[in-house]
Amino acid sequence: MKASPPTPGESPATLDFAAPATWTLGGHWTALGLGELAKRLPSRGEQAQGRPVIDGSAVAALDTVGATVIEHWLARAGQGGEADWRGWKPAHEKLLARIREQGEAEPPVQPSPLGPVAAVGKATVDFLDELRALLRLVGECAVAVRMAIRHPSRIRWRPFLHHVGIAGLAAMPIVGLLALLMGVVVAYQGATQLVKYGANVFVVDLVGLAMLREFAPLVTAIIVAGRSGAAYAAQLGTMVVTEEVDALRTLGIPPVEMLVLPRVLALVLVMPLLTVYADVLGIVGGMVMATAKLGVDPEAFLDRLPRAVDVTQLMLGVGKAPVFAAIIVLVGCFQGLRTRGGADAVGAQTTRAVMQSIFLVIVADAAFSILFSMLGL
Amino acid sequence: MADDDQARAIEIKGLTTKFGAHVVHDALDLEVRRAETFAIVGGSGSGKSTLLREMILLHRPDGGSIRLLGTDIGTLDEEAARPLRQRIGVMFQQGGLFASMTVAENVGMPLREYTGLDDALVDEIAAAKIALTGLEAEAGLKFPSELSGGMHQRAALARALALDPELLFLDEPTAGLDPASADGVGALVRELRDLLGLTVVIITHDLDLLWQVTDRVAVLGGGKVRGVGSMAELAQMTHPDIRPYFDTPRARAAQQDAARRGDVDRLTEAAGHG
Repeated sequence: MKASPPTPGESPATLDFAAPATWTLGGHWTALGLGELAKRLPSRGEQAQGRPVIDGSAVAALDTVGATVIEHWLARAGQGGEADWRGWKPAHEKLLARIREQGEAEPPVQPSPLGPVAAVGKATVDFLDELRALLRLVGECAVAVRMAIRHPSRIRWRPFLHHVGIAGLAAMPIVGLLALLMGVVVAYQGATQLVKYGANVFVVDLVGLAMLREFAPLVTAIIVAGRSGAAYAAQLGTMVVTEEVDALRTLGIPPVEMLVLPRVLALVLVMPLLTVYADVLGIVGGMVMATAKLGVDPEAFLDRLPRAVDVTQLMLGVGKAPVFAAIIVLVGCFQGLRTRGGADAVGAQTTRAVMQSIFLVIVADAAFSILFSMLGL
Repeated sequence: MADDDQARAIEIKGLTTKFGAHVVHDALDLEVRRAETFAIVGGSGSGKSTLLREMILLHRPDGGSIRLLGTDIGTLDEEAARPLRQRIGVMFQQGGLFASMTVAENVGMPLREYTGLDDALVDEIAAAKIALTGLEAEAGLKFPSELSGGMHQRAALARALALDPELLFLDEPTAGLDPASADGVGALVRELRDLLGLTVVIITHDLDLLWQVTDRVAVLGGGKVRGVGSMAELAQMTHPDIRPYFDTPRARAAQQDAARRGDVDRLTEAAGHG
């Protein structure tokens, strides 16, 4: 009963058809010793003549893989799997008998994939299902918000503050840096055009309007979607996989109230603040560029700024932020809570959350542009 | 030396493991013979799991030597370790099944990776292994997340057996199983040992499994092996780390159950030979 040296690599499985209808086996008939031999045999014609004699006296080792291969060939050789076994060690005979007794295990057949029409139908139904589930979460959130307004004491302040810190304070360096660079880029792009007309000072209008109305809210939203939206999906997804969400339910605590609401409140509060912060740094970036490339010094820049943009422009940009925040946090939590299965599902849901929230933020931004232009703002 | 390697699957000498100031193994010695079913038991924090990780080449000890199937693993690099890894099978406590593959793909993966078998044959062998562990053929199409606890455990065992390893490590193979399934695992381990001459190393707390399948058991405690022997031999030892396996009500029930099954006879017989 010893699996003995030499190793399979040194004495691989051999097979010889020297005598008619006699298979002479040798070497390591094991998973690692079989090598290319397994592919070769079934095409041989020698098997057809009568009941084969299978000589195993030179077999050094046999395992279930080797035994399965032998039985597999035998079943295909005709003769109803009958053979004369010669020279086999008792242990090997026992193993062969065990494999034979189990019969040939047919691998189960995969159900055939859907046709193109059915696939489109399934995708549509799945999409509508997902939309309905998202709407349900939005509804549950609305109920939770109403509860929070009526009974502020039931708001979970600790997780709320935690998320304000993580999503807001911790995001400040990256949001600030990107807004600053955005301001630099806008001013730089405008500079070449404005110099042609000698309209250097209008760089203030350009930077002011672009940053306040569009770039600051959008850049902030995209960064927050990548940072916090992804984190929410991953956190909630992991909690679903480890049954923490189910545990909350059985303790009588609605997951929306405990997990989603603090995140919604935190992000809806923090996003406008981050946007104002991005406004400031974007304008600073533009100011630096204006000084360097257009000769508009900071004093002139700041003097021009209040006349170029008014409070309405600021409010329009900042006003978008809570909407973007709601989209990001709801999509993130929604995809997290929809996780089914194991660890790899968490990754898939996180990816979906980031993709969908960025997509929806940009769609919402376009909708705002149309709305504002219709209102003449 | 060659004779020793024939007789011993694992030989551990002076093994020392530390995590910071915490000493997990303090000059620990242990031997596992070929074709025996060996269990390692010990309380929480006694270093069972770390010992297992060291034996399956996932953690390097701080001192001492481990010989696995005649190879000293202390000096192996990743390249040299690969042939050795093919000769051992590991079933992890949580299964370690790849979530993105079906059960059949999980079981077939080592075969596809290391053998020249064609796909149809790999599928057939995978189906055979799945059947061997007592799973329905349809289970092969399922993903690990769709399996119940017991099925998950069996699927993990099927993958550990894919390459017919000479040395099989089982980490808590019966954890979370119903009694019938746990008995099934015990019977399966015994059958495989008889059929394939497998050396099996089990980490377990399952007293029934200890009585049912093991040839010898090592009890860890205080970074050392407190006692090694068959369950019948251990029952005679007096070390306080060993007694809980015999003196608690659960332990007595397991022992009586084993006696009823006639396993004690088998064990004492084995001890007589050993």
